[in-house]
Amino acid sequence: MHKIKTAMLGLLLCGALPATAGTLADIQQKDELTCGVSEGTPGFSNPDASGRWVGLDVDICRAVSAAVLGDQEKIKFVPLASKQKIVALAAGQVDMTSRTTTWTMKRDTKEGVDFTAIVYYDGQGFMVNKALGLTSAKELDGASVCVTTGTTTELNLADFARANGINIEAVVFEGKKEAFNSYKQGRCDAFTTDMSQLASWRSTLPNSDDHVILKDVISKEPLSPLVRHGDNQWKDAVTWVINGLIEAEEKGVTQANVDQLASSSQDPTIQRMLGVSGDMGGYIGLDQDWLKRAIAAVGNYGEIYDRNLGENTRLKLDRGINSLWSQGGLFYSPPIR
Amino acid sequence: MLNKLTASAGSSRFRLDLVLQAVFLALIFYLAYSVFHNTQVNLENRGIESGFEFLDKEAGLPIGDALISYTPTDSYGWAFFTAVVNTLYVAFFAIILATVVGVMIGIARVSRNWLVCRMAAIYVETLRNVPLLLTLIFIYVVVLSSLPGARSSWLLTEGILLNIRGFYFPKPLPQDGFGLVLFSVALAVVLCWGFRRWAKRYTERTGQELASFRISLVLLLGLPALTYLLTGQPLLWENPELKGFNYRGGLSLRPEFLALLLGLVLYTAAFIGENVRSGIQSVAKGQIEAAQALGLKPGKVMMRVILPQALRVIIPATTNDYTSLVKNSSLAVAIGYPDMVSVGGTIIGQNGQAIEIIGMWMAVYMAINLLISAFMNWLNARVQMVER
Repeated sequence: MHKIKTAMLGLLLCGALPATAGTLADIQQKDELTCGVSEGTPGFSNPDASGRWVGLDVDICRAVSAAVLGDQEKIKFVPLASKQKIVALAAGQVDMTSRTTTWTMKRDTKEGVDFTAIVYYDGQGFMVNKALGLTSAKELDGASVCVTTGTTTELNLADFARANGINIEAVVFEGKKEAFNSYKQGRCDAFTTDMSQLASWRSTLPNSDDHVILKDVISKEPLSPLVRHGDNQWKDAVTWVINGLIEAEEKGVTQANVDQLASSSQDPTIQRMLGVSGDMGGYIGLDQDWLKRAIAAVGNYGEIYDRNLGENTRLKLDRGINSLWSQGGLFYSPPIR
Repeated sequence: MLNKLTASAGSSRFRLDLVLQAVFLALIFYLAYSVFHNTQVNLENRGIESGFEFLDKEAGLPIGDALISYTPTDSYGWAFFTAVVNTLYVAFFAIILATVVGVMIGIARVSRNWLVCRMAAIYVETLRNVPLLLTLIFIYVVVLSSLPGARSSWLLTEGILLNIRGFYFPKPLPQDGFGLVLFSVALAVVLCWGFRRWAKRYTERTGQELASFRISLVLLLGLPALTYLLTGQPLLWENPELKGFNYRGGLSLRPEFLALLLGLVLYTAAFIGENVRSGIQSVAKGQIEAAQALGLKPGKVMMRVILPQALRVIIPATTNDYTSLVKNSSLAVAIGYPDMVSVGGTIIGQNGQAIEIIGMWMAVYMAINLLISAFMNWLNARVQMVER
């Protein structure tokens, strides 16, 4: 509530000020990238024990910062509540938002923002107590479901109930923590959010085996970082950093071997990516080493995934549809040439 | 000559004042206009929709606890209105209950009973010095963790039960002839009002007191009860029943509503209690001693002598607390009650039109609070008139 008022004030203030030059030039001039993240979503954006922001969404920001400013630490992370994430970006409070945001037509066209490239394919699911003996979400007729406000999640829940002719009492909370806590206390029969999140929330329960995640995925949630509408150069820069990270995984360029490949690889694609030949960086207003720096900072997409969501993390999320196209997944970068 | 000079100097100063005021006003208008204009231009540049057309579009969002009929196929406008009704609903009952509790606390604060007085002081200091948000979350968590699940509900009596999903009670289903009962209630109220007026004049004329409270009570309860029996008890009750996950049928109050109501009542009562205390203490001691000397009982002293005079101090301060209560109800979103800030926030999330929704929030809160202030000023004026 309070933050929304701040955002509103920001919107008004920015309304009162004249528009500035390109975002990219602004960032380089102030030597800092302002990146909107979540208030704490394990695996995507969450401060670690020492207060450093970590997660897949955070690493995208770090890669952009490394490419644009040459240093992955030159970032100011701004935690945004769900309903602020678009308003704050459109108002110019942040340069980019990387915050598990679903790419929808309305948001892309009517809310003053542009989506860049998909970094995670998610879908909405339900967690229920095992004792209820449910096998499908369609059996939730008459149930109370805890959900967060200002998200597509809330709408999907209403759509799902309508489509299946069932009655669901939505108990809507401002934050995911509050929503989940109420579920934990037994206020709701089910807790709903994106599948990627359910696993991590479940892992925080002391008796996690008593809770199951239903198989039904009731929505498509392509998550993508977003930038302000109308600055094509900046949008291109962010989009191609993400594409570059995906291409790097396909080409086997990793954090460990990026320097060595830059000096020795004979593969023309790798040479173009790492600035040995061609002028790829120039196309997006950056220098030749843009992608090399990004990979050196956070690794390729596969490394980012494994570090934040993979087998060795608390979330243990199977790559599934988030694999490269060559391995049966959906990740496919347009060629860098 | 001298006279003329001063006069012209005076009038030119007068004109300078006017000019300055006009310039200042123009400056404010210009600033407001340029903010508005630039916002419009920038919204357009970024392709952000503006205007209120979205209010007619289908909302699609769920509202779990709606006082009036709402489904996700209704419009954004109706969804917002539903939430405004929810805000009014909780604020209305919170104001009434906070007043009752507040008056009791205030009277307890000036009590001669050491324990009562101390307890009231501790209550006031605790509630007043803890942020309401924390109180609300605390109450909500306590409410949730102390209530049983739906299957092991506390059954108070047939059809009335309490569990973690809410407080359930039977829903009255009026049958033919119930209109007569309602009519008899209205009749009883009118009769009662007439009787009280007559009784007051009777007391003034003769100095004798009638047991008017008891007679009114008999009138108010007896007449409708008699009609109810004579028309053949035209009321059926629908009991809540356990079906699947939850109880269905009957009426219910959700834990979110109860926690918000309780939080607002307890918090605001602490402030109202202080108003009542200061009001009582503002009444001159001589007044009380005079009333006691006349042989009035303590209750009568309070009701007839102290409170009417204290009200002049209490009402203006309490007006502020009522308006604060309405504004504080916006904290509902923290504990999952769908008030207008919660639902409006969802609409912003779906729609991206923050300015319009925030404008609507402001307008509604302002309208509610101006109405409350107007009513309280009217009440205050009435109380003032009694002064002799």
